[in-house]
Amino acid sequence: MVFDDRSPIYLQIAEQIKNDIVTGALAEDEQVMSTNQYAAFYRINPATAAKGFAQLVDDGVLYKKRGIGMFVAPNARDLLRTGRRDSFFADVVDPMIREAKAIGIPLKDIVQHIRSYGEA
Amino acid sequence: MTAALTVRTEDLSVRFAGVPALDRLDLRLAPGKIHGLLGRNGSGKSTLAATLAGFRRPDEGRVLIEGGDLGTAQEPYENAVVTSRVCLIRESGDRPDAVPVKHAVGLAAALRPYWDADLAGDLLDRFEVPLNKKIQKLSRGKKSALGVVLGLASRAPLTIFDESYLGMDVPSRNLFYDMLLADYAEVPRTIVLSTHLVSEVSAMLEEVVILDQGRLVTQSPVDALRGRGASIVGPAAAVDEFTGGFTVLAEERLGGTKSSTVLGDLDPALLAQATAAGLEIGPVGLQDLFVHLTGVKS
Repeated sequence: MVFDDRSPIYLQIAEQIKNDIVTGALAEDEQVMSTNQYAAFYRINPATAAKGFAQLVDDGVLYKKRGIGMFVAPNARDLLRTGRRDSFFADVVDPMIREAKAIGIPLKDIVQHIRSYGEA
Repeated sequence: MTAALTVRTEDLSVRFAGVPALDRLDLRLAPGKIHGLLGRNGSGKSTLAATLAGFRRPDEGRVLIEGGDLGTAQEPYENAVVTSRVCLIRESGDRPDAVPVKHAVGLAAALRPYWDADLAGDLLDRFEVPLNKKIQKLSRGKKSALGVVLGLASRAPLTIFDESYLGMDVPSRNLFYDMLLADYAEVPRTIVLSTHLVSEVSAMLEEVVILDQGRLVTQSPVDALRGRGASIVGPAAAVDEFTGGFTVLAEERLGGTKSSTVLGDLDPALLAQATAAGLEIGPVGLQDLFVHLTGVKS
Protein backbone atom coordinates (compact mmCIF):
# COMPACT_ATOMS: atom_id res chain seq x y z
CA MET A 1 0.00 0.00 0.00
CA VAL A 2 1.16 3.50 -0.73
CA PHE A 3 0.70 5.93 2.11
CA ASP A 4 -0.85 9.29 1.47
CA ASP A 5 1.27 12.25 2.49
CA ARG A 6 -1.76 14.26 3.55
CA SER A 7 -2.82 12.57 6.76
CA PRO A 8 -0.89 10.93 9.61
CA ILE A 9 0.49 7.55 8.51
CA TYR A 10 -0.35 5.86 11.80
CA LEU A 11 -4.05 6.53 11.15
CA GLN A 12 -3.72 5.12 7.64
CA ILE A 13 -2.10 1.98 9.07
CA ALA A 14 -4.94 1.58 11.56
CA GLU A 15 -7.52 2.05 8.79
CA GLN A 16 -5.83 -0.52 6.58
CA ILE A 17 -5.79 -3.16 9.31
CA LYS A 18 -9.42 -2.41 10.21
CA ASN A 19 -10.31 -2.86 6.55
CA ASP A 20 -8.54 -6.21 6.44
CA ILE A 21 -10.56 -7.31 9.46
CA VAL A 22 -13.91 -6.14 8.05
CA THR A 23 -13.31 -7.89 4.72
CA GLY A 24 -12.11 -11.02 6.50
CA ALA A 25 -8.57 -10.86 5.09
CA LEU A 26 -7.48 -10.91 8.74
CA ALA A 27 -9.38 -13.45 10.85
CA GLU A 28 -10.26 -13.07 14.51
CA ASP A 29 -7.53 -14.35 16.84
CA GLU A 30 -5.12 -14.31 13.91
CA GLN A 31 -1.67 -12.89 14.62
CA VAL A 32 -0.83 -9.65 12.83
CA MET A 33 2.66 -8.67 11.64
CA SER A 34 5.04 -7.29 14.26
CA THR A 35 5.63 -3.56 14.08
CA ASN A 36 9.17 -4.16 12.83
CA GLN A 37 7.98 -6.54 10.11
CA TYR A 38 5.28 -4.07 9.18
CA ALA A 39 7.77 -1.18 9.10
CA ALA A 40 10.21 -3.14 6.94
CA PHE A 41 7.51 -4.35 4.57
CA TYR A 42 6.00 -0.93 3.97
CA ARG A 43 9.28 0.95 4.39
CA ILE A 44 8.04 3.16 7.19
CA ASN A 45 9.34 4.25 10.57
CA PRO A 46 8.86 1.51 13.21
CA ALA A 47 7.62 4.07 15.77
CA THR A 48 4.90 5.13 13.33
CA ALA A 49 3.82 1.52 12.85
CA ALA A 50 3.84 0.99 16.62
CA LYS A 51 1.61 4.03 17.08
CA GLY A 52 -0.91 2.67 14.57
CA PHE A 53 -0.98 -0.69 16.33
CA ALA A 54 -1.26 0.96 19.76
CA GLN A 55 -4.30 2.87 18.55
CA LEU A 56 -5.94 -0.42 17.52
CA VAL A 57 -5.18 -1.95 20.92
CA ASP A 58 -6.79 1.10 22.56
CA ASP A 59 -9.84 0.68 20.33
CA GLY A 60 -10.17 -2.97 21.32
CA VAL A 61 -9.50 -4.18 17.78
CA LEU A 62 -6.18 -5.87 18.58
CA TYR A 63 -4.89 -7.45 21.75
CA LYS A 64 -1.36 -8.17 22.93
CA LYS A 65 0.05 -11.47 24.09
CA ARG A 66 3.13 -10.67 26.07
CA GLY A 67 6.28 -11.90 24.34
CA ILE A 68 4.39 -13.33 21.38
CA GLY A 69 2.82 -10.48 19.48
CA MET A 70 -0.49 -8.89 18.57
CA PHE A 71 -3.69 -10.60 17.57
CA VAL A 72 -7.07 -9.63 16.18
CA ALA A 73 -9.62 -9.36 19.01
CA PRO A 74 -12.37 -12.04 18.97
CA ASN A 75 -15.15 -9.48 18.55
CA ALA A 76 -13.20 -7.08 16.31
CA ARG A 77 -15.14 -7.74 13.12
CA ASP A 78 -18.54 -7.14 14.76
CA LEU A 79 -17.23 -4.05 16.51
CA LEU A 80 -15.95 -2.55 13.25
CA ARG A 81 -18.97 -3.55 11.20
CA THR A 82 -21.29 -1.93 13.73
CA GLY A 83 -19.24 1.24 13.62
CA ARG A 84 -19.32 1.33 9.84
CA ARG A 85 -23.04 0.58 9.68
CA ASP A 86 -23.67 3.62 11.88
CA SER A 87 -21.99 5.90 9.39
CA PHE A 88 -22.95 4.03 6.19
CA PHE A 89 -25.82 6.32 5.16
CA ALA A 90 -23.96 9.52 5.96
CA ASP A 91 -20.66 8.38 4.39
CA VAL A 92 -21.83 6.36 1.39
CA VAL A 93 -25.51 6.82 0.55
CA ASP A 94 -25.94 10.57 1.08
CA PRO A 95 -23.02 11.56 -1.19
CA MET A 96 -24.37 9.19 -3.87
CA ILE A 97 -27.79 10.84 -3.70
CA ARG A 98 -26.24 14.32 -3.88
CA GLU A 99 -24.27 13.28 -6.96
CA ALA A 100 -27.37 11.69 -8.55
CA LYS A 101 -29.34 14.90 -8.02
CA ALA A 102 -26.53 17.05 -9.39
CA ILE A 103 -26.29 15.06 -12.62
CA GLY A 104 -30.03 14.44 -12.98
CA ILE A 105 -30.47 10.75 -12.22
CA PRO A 106 -33.98 10.16 -10.76
CA LEU A 107 -33.95 8.40 -7.39
CA LYS A 108 -36.35 5.76 -8.73
CA ASP A 109 -33.64 4.69 -11.23
CA ILE A 110 -31.23 4.21 -8.33
CA VAL A 111 -33.81 2.20 -6.39
CA GLN A 112 -34.44 0.07 -9.46
CA HIS A 113 -30.70 -0.51 -9.90
CA ILE A 114 -30.35 -1.56 -6.27
CA ARG A 115 -33.33 -3.93 -6.62
CA SER A 116 -31.60 -5.63 -9.57
CA TYR A 117 -29.11 -6.99 -7.01
CA GLY A 118 -32.00 -8.85 -5.39
CA GLU A 119 -32.76 -8.95 -1.71
CA ALA A 120 -29.24 -9.42 -0.32
CA MET B 1 25.37 -2.50 22.34
CA THR B 2 25.15 0.92 20.80
CA ALA B 3 23.43 3.48 22.98
CA ALA B 4 21.73 6.32 21.17
CA LEU B 5 22.98 9.87 21.62
CA THR B 6 21.08 13.08 22.21
CA VAL B 7 22.07 16.20 20.29
CA ARG B 8 21.52 19.78 21.38
CA THR B 9 22.50 23.01 19.78
CA GLU B 10 22.47 26.23 21.75
CA ASP B 11 22.35 29.53 19.91
CA LEU B 12 24.47 27.91 17.19
CA SER B 13 25.80 30.19 14.48
CA VAL B 14 28.23 29.41 11.70
CA ARG B 15 29.31 32.05 9.20
CA PHE B 16 31.19 31.91 5.93
CA ALA B 17 33.06 35.17 5.31
CA GLY B 18 30.61 36.94 7.59
CA VAL B 19 27.52 35.49 5.87
CA PRO B 20 25.48 33.34 8.25
CA ALA B 21 25.02 29.71 7.16
CA LEU B 22 23.42 28.83 10.48
CA ASP B 23 21.76 31.57 12.43
CA ARG B 24 21.28 31.15 16.20
CA LEU B 25 19.90 27.64 16.00
CA ASP B 26 18.37 26.01 19.08
CA LEU B 27 17.58 22.36 18.51
CA ARG B 28 17.24 19.11 20.36
CA LEU B 29 17.39 15.79 18.54
CA ALA B 30 15.87 13.11 20.75
CA PRO B 31 17.84 9.87 21.10
CA GLY B 32 16.98 6.71 19.18
CA LYS B 33 14.82 8.32 16.52
CA ILE B 34 15.16 8.79 12.78
CA HIS B 35 15.23 12.53 12.17
CA GLY B 36 14.79 14.20 8.82
CA LEU B 37 16.84 17.32 8.21
CA LEU B 38 14.94 19.06 5.44
CA GLY B 39 15.63 22.24 3.57
CA ARG B 40 16.29 23.58 0.13
CA ASN B 41 19.77 23.77 -1.36
CA GLY B 42 21.78 26.30 0.62
CA SER B 43 19.47 26.23 3.65
CA GLY B 44 22.30 25.18 5.99
CA LYS B 45 21.64 21.43 6.20
CA SER B 46 25.19 20.40 5.29
CA THR B 47 26.74 23.03 7.54
CA LEU B 48 24.61 21.80 10.44
CA ALA B 49 25.52 18.17 9.71
CA ALA B 50 29.23 19.03 9.57
CA THR B 51 29.04 21.03 12.79
CA LEU B 52 27.20 18.26 14.65
CA ALA B 53 29.88 15.80 13.54
CA GLY B 54 32.71 18.05 14.75
CA PHE B 55 34.00 18.77 11.24
CA ARG B 56 33.52 22.45 11.85
CA ARG B 57 33.83 24.77 14.85
CA PRO B 58 30.80 26.95 15.68
CA ASP B 59 31.35 30.69 15.37
CA GLU B 60 28.93 31.26 18.22
CA GLY B 61 26.95 29.04 20.52
CA ARG B 62 27.69 25.35 20.80
CA VAL B 63 26.80 21.79 19.95
CA LEU B 64 26.36 19.36 22.85
CA ILE B 65 26.23 15.61 22.45
CA GLU B 66 25.24 13.47 25.40
CA GLY B 67 23.87 10.16 26.55
CA GLY B 68 24.93 6.61 25.81
CA ASP B 69 28.41 5.87 27.10
CA LEU B 70 29.49 9.50 26.81
CA GLY B 71 28.21 10.49 30.22
CA THR B 72 27.92 14.25 30.47
CA ALA B 73 27.35 16.52 27.50
CA GLN B 74 30.42 17.14 25.37
CA GLU B 75 31.23 19.29 22.37
CA PRO B 76 32.25 17.30 19.28
CA TYR B 77 34.90 19.63 17.82
CA GLU B 78 38.45 18.23 18.30
CA ASN B 79 37.02 15.59 20.64
CA ALA B 80 37.97 12.04 19.59
CA VAL B 81 35.72 10.35 22.14
CA VAL B 82 32.67 12.06 20.62
CA THR B 83 33.68 11.96 16.96
CA SER B 84 34.38 8.21 17.03
CA ARG B 85 30.73 7.82 18.03
CA VAL B 86 29.36 10.24 15.48
CA CYS B 87 29.42 9.09 11.87
CA LEU B 88 28.79 11.65 9.13
CA ILE B 89 28.53 10.29 5.59
CA ARG B 90 28.68 12.93 2.89
CA GLU B 91 28.44 12.57 -0.84
CA SER B 92 32.01 13.84 -1.21
CA GLY B 93 33.11 10.73 0.64
CA ASP B 94 35.79 12.34 2.85
CA ARG B 95 38.09 9.42 1.98
CA PRO B 96 41.46 9.03 0.30
CA ASP B 97 40.61 8.11 -3.28
CA ALA B 98 43.76 6.35 -4.47
CA VAL B 99 43.38 3.29 -2.22
CA PRO B 100 41.28 0.15 -2.69
CA VAL B 101 37.84 -0.14 -1.11
CA LYS B 102 39.11 -2.65 1.46
CA HIS B 103 41.49 -0.02 2.92
CA ALA B 104 38.61 2.37 3.55
CA VAL B 105 36.71 -0.50 5.18
CA GLY B 106 39.74 -1.40 7.31
CA LEU B 107 40.17 2.21 8.39
CA ALA B 108 36.52 2.47 9.46
CA ALA B 109 36.83 -0.84 11.33
CA ALA B 110 39.82 0.52 13.24
CA LEU B 111 38.24 3.87 14.11
CA ARG B 112 34.65 2.94 14.89
CA PRO B 113 34.09 1.43 18.34
CA TYR B 114 30.81 -0.26 17.37
CA TRP B 115 31.91 -1.46 13.92
CA ASP B 116 30.15 -4.63 12.75
CA ALA B 117 32.34 -6.52 10.28
CA ASP B 118 29.67 -9.10 9.38
CA LEU B 119 27.20 -6.37 8.53
CA ALA B 120 29.85 -4.56 6.46
CA GLY B 121 30.59 -7.73 4.47
CA ASP B 122 26.91 -8.44 3.90
CA LEU B 123 26.22 -4.86 2.77
CA LEU B 124 29.24 -4.75 0.42
CA ASP B 125 27.87 -7.91 -1.21
CA ARG B 126 24.35 -6.59 -1.51
CA PHE B 127 25.46 -3.26 -2.99
CA GLU B 128 28.02 -5.09 -5.16
CA VAL B 129 30.92 -2.87 -4.17
CA PRO B 130 34.19 -4.51 -5.32
CA LEU B 131 36.69 -4.74 -2.43
CA ASN B 132 39.87 -4.63 -4.48
CA LYS B 133 39.01 -1.75 -6.78
CA LYS B 134 40.48 1.69 -6.10
CA ILE B 135 37.86 4.09 -4.82
CA GLN B 136 38.61 6.63 -7.57
CA LYS B 137 37.76 3.94 -10.17
CA LEU B 138 34.28 3.37 -8.74
CA SER B 139 31.20 4.81 -10.43
CA ARG B 140 29.38 7.61 -8.64
CA GLY B 141 26.68 5.14 -7.58
CA LYS B 142 29.20 2.69 -6.13
CA LYS B 143 31.02 5.48 -4.28
CA SER B 144 27.71 6.48 -2.70
CA ALA B 145 27.00 2.84 -1.88
CA LEU B 146 30.38 2.52 -0.19
CA GLY B 147 29.52 5.57 1.94
CA VAL B 148 26.21 4.05 2.91
CA VAL B 149 27.87 0.74 3.84
CA LEU B 150 30.44 2.51 6.03
CA GLY B 151 27.70 4.58 7.64
CA LEU B 152 25.51 1.61 8.49
CA ALA B 153 28.28 -0.82 9.55
CA SER B 154 29.77 1.81 11.88
CA ARG B 155 26.62 1.46 13.96
CA ALA B 156 27.54 4.84 15.41
CA PRO B 157 25.20 6.02 18.19
CA LEU B 158 24.69 9.16 16.07
CA THR B 159 24.74 8.52 12.33
CA ILE B 160 24.18 11.34 9.84
CA PHE B 161 23.62 10.75 6.13
CA ASP B 162 24.01 14.06 4.33
CA GLU B 163 22.50 13.50 0.87
CA SER B 164 25.00 10.67 0.71
CA TYR B 165 22.72 8.43 -1.32
CA LEU B 166 21.89 10.92 -4.09
CA GLY B 167 24.37 9.32 -6.47
CA MET B 168 22.60 5.97 -6.19
CA ASP B 169 19.95 4.80 -8.62
CA VAL B 170 16.42 4.05 -7.43
CA PRO B 171 16.88 0.29 -6.76
CA SER B 172 20.05 1.02 -4.76
CA ARG B 173 18.34 3.80 -2.80
CA ASN B 174 15.48 1.44 -2.00
CA LEU B 175 18.01 -1.15 -0.85
CA PHE B 176 19.59 1.53 1.35
CA TYR B 177 16.21 2.40 2.88
CA ASP B 178 15.48 -1.28 3.54
CA MET B 179 18.88 -1.93 5.09
CA LEU B 180 18.64 1.23 7.18
CA LEU B 181 15.25 0.27 8.61
CA ALA B 182 16.29 -3.34 9.21
CA ASP B 183 19.47 -2.41 11.03
CA TYR B 184 17.78 0.41 12.93
CA ALA B 185 15.17 -2.08 14.17
CA GLU B 186 17.98 -4.35 15.36
CA VAL B 187 20.18 -1.63 16.87
CA PRO B 188 18.17 1.53 17.54
CA ARG B 189 20.29 4.64 17.34
CA THR B 190 19.98 8.31 16.54
CA ILE B 191 19.85 8.76 12.79
CA VAL B 192 19.71 11.97 10.80
CA LEU B 193 18.79 11.90 7.10
CA SER B 194 19.53 15.21 5.45
CA THR B 195 17.68 15.56 2.18
CA HIS B 196 15.45 17.59 -0.05
CA LEU B 197 13.78 14.41 -1.41
CA VAL B 198 10.96 14.85 1.09
CA SER B 199 8.40 12.54 -0.45
CA GLU B 200 10.88 9.71 -0.86
CA VAL B 201 12.01 9.52 2.77
CA SER B 202 9.17 11.06 4.76
CA ALA B 203 7.51 7.75 5.71
CA MET B 204 10.74 6.55 7.32
CA LEU B 205 11.12 9.58 9.56
CA GLU B 206 9.81 10.09 13.06
CA GLU B 207 10.75 13.75 13.47
CA VAL B 208 11.66 16.51 11.07
CA VAL B 209 13.75 19.65 11.35
CA ILE B 210 13.09 22.13 8.57
CA LEU B 211 15.72 24.77 7.88
CA ASP B 212 15.46 27.81 5.68
CA GLN B 213 18.32 30.26 5.20
CA GLY B 214 20.13 28.94 8.24
CA ARG B 215 17.14 29.36 10.53
CA LEU B 216 14.83 26.84 12.09
CA VAL B 217 11.42 26.89 10.38
CA THR B 218 9.91 24.11 12.45
CA GLN B 219 10.77 20.98 14.36
CA SER B 220 7.96 18.50 14.76
CA PRO B 221 6.97 14.84 14.73
CA VAL B 222 6.47 14.18 11.04
CA ASP B 223 3.00 12.69 11.48
CA ALA B 224 1.90 15.90 13.21
CA LEU B 225 2.91 17.90 10.14
CA ARG B 226 0.82 15.68 7.89
CA GLY B 227 -2.57 17.26 8.01
CA ARG B 228 -1.35 20.49 9.63
CA GLY B 229 -1.83 22.40 6.43
CA ALA B 230 -5.16 22.98 4.78
CA SER B 231 -6.23 24.50 1.52
CA ILE B 232 -9.34 26.68 1.62
CA VAL B 233 -11.09 27.29 -1.68
CA GLY B 234 -14.17 29.42 -2.38
CA PRO B 235 -15.42 32.95 -3.06
CA ALA B 236 -12.56 35.35 -2.32
CA ALA B 237 -14.36 37.37 0.36
CA ALA B 238 -15.47 34.25 2.25
CA VAL B 239 -11.98 32.75 2.07
CA ASP B 240 -10.42 35.96 3.41
CA GLU B 241 -12.91 36.15 6.26
CA PHE B 242 -12.29 32.53 7.23
CA THR B 243 -8.49 32.60 6.99
CA GLY B 244 -8.16 35.85 8.97
CA GLY B 245 -7.02 34.04 12.12
CA PHE B 246 -4.56 31.68 10.42
CA THR B 247 -1.02 31.85 9.13
CA VAL B 248 -1.50 32.01 5.38
CA LEU B 249 1.33 30.28 3.51
CA ALA B 250 0.19 30.84 -0.04
CA GLU B 251 -2.67 32.41 -1.98
CA GLU B 252 -3.90 32.05 -5.52
CA ARG B 253 -6.78 33.71 -7.34
CA LEU B 254 -8.72 32.70 -10.38
CA GLY B 255 -11.45 35.22 -11.13
CA GLY B 256 -13.68 35.49 -8.07
CA THR B 257 -12.39 32.22 -6.61
CA LYS B 258 -9.54 32.16 -4.19
CA SER B 259 -7.40 29.33 -2.85
CA SER B 260 -5.43 29.87 0.35
CA THR B 261 -3.04 27.45 2.00
CA VAL B 262 -3.05 27.88 5.77
CA LEU B 263 -1.18 26.39 8.69
CA GLY B 264 -3.19 25.28 11.66
CA ASP B 265 -5.47 22.70 13.13
CA LEU B 266 -8.99 22.84 11.82
CA ASP B 267 -11.27 21.41 14.47
CA PRO B 268 -14.72 20.05 13.58
CA ALA B 269 -16.46 23.30 14.60
CA LEU B 270 -14.29 25.30 12.22
CA LEU B 271 -14.80 22.75 9.47
CA ALA B 272 -18.56 22.96 9.88
CA GLN B 273 -18.35 26.76 9.82
CA ALA B 274 -16.31 26.64 6.60
CA THR B 275 -18.69 24.23 4.91
CA ALA B 276 -21.63 26.40 5.91
CA ALA B 277 -19.87 29.39 4.31
CA GLY B 278 -19.61 27.41 1.04
CA LEU B 279 -15.88 26.81 1.31
CA GLU B 280 -14.06 23.67 0.28
CA ILE B 281 -11.40 22.44 2.67
CA GLY B 282 -8.68 20.04 1.58
CA PRO B 283 -5.59 18.57 3.20
CA VAL B 284 -2.11 19.68 2.15
CA GLY B 285 0.60 17.07 1.66
CA LEU B 286 3.93 17.15 3.44
CA GLN B 287 5.84 17.88 0.25
CA ASP B 288 3.59 20.87 -0.53
CA LEU B 289 3.76 22.07 3.05
CA PHE B 290 7.56 21.87 2.86
CA VAL B 291 7.56 23.85 -0.37
CA HIS B 292 5.32 26.53 1.17
CA LEU B 293 7.33 26.71 4.39
CA THR B 294 10.66 27.11 2.62
CA GLY B 295 9.64 28.60 -0.71
CA VAL B 296 10.13 31.99 -2.21
CA LYS B 297 7.50 34.25 -0.69
CA SER B 298 4.87 35.07 -3.25
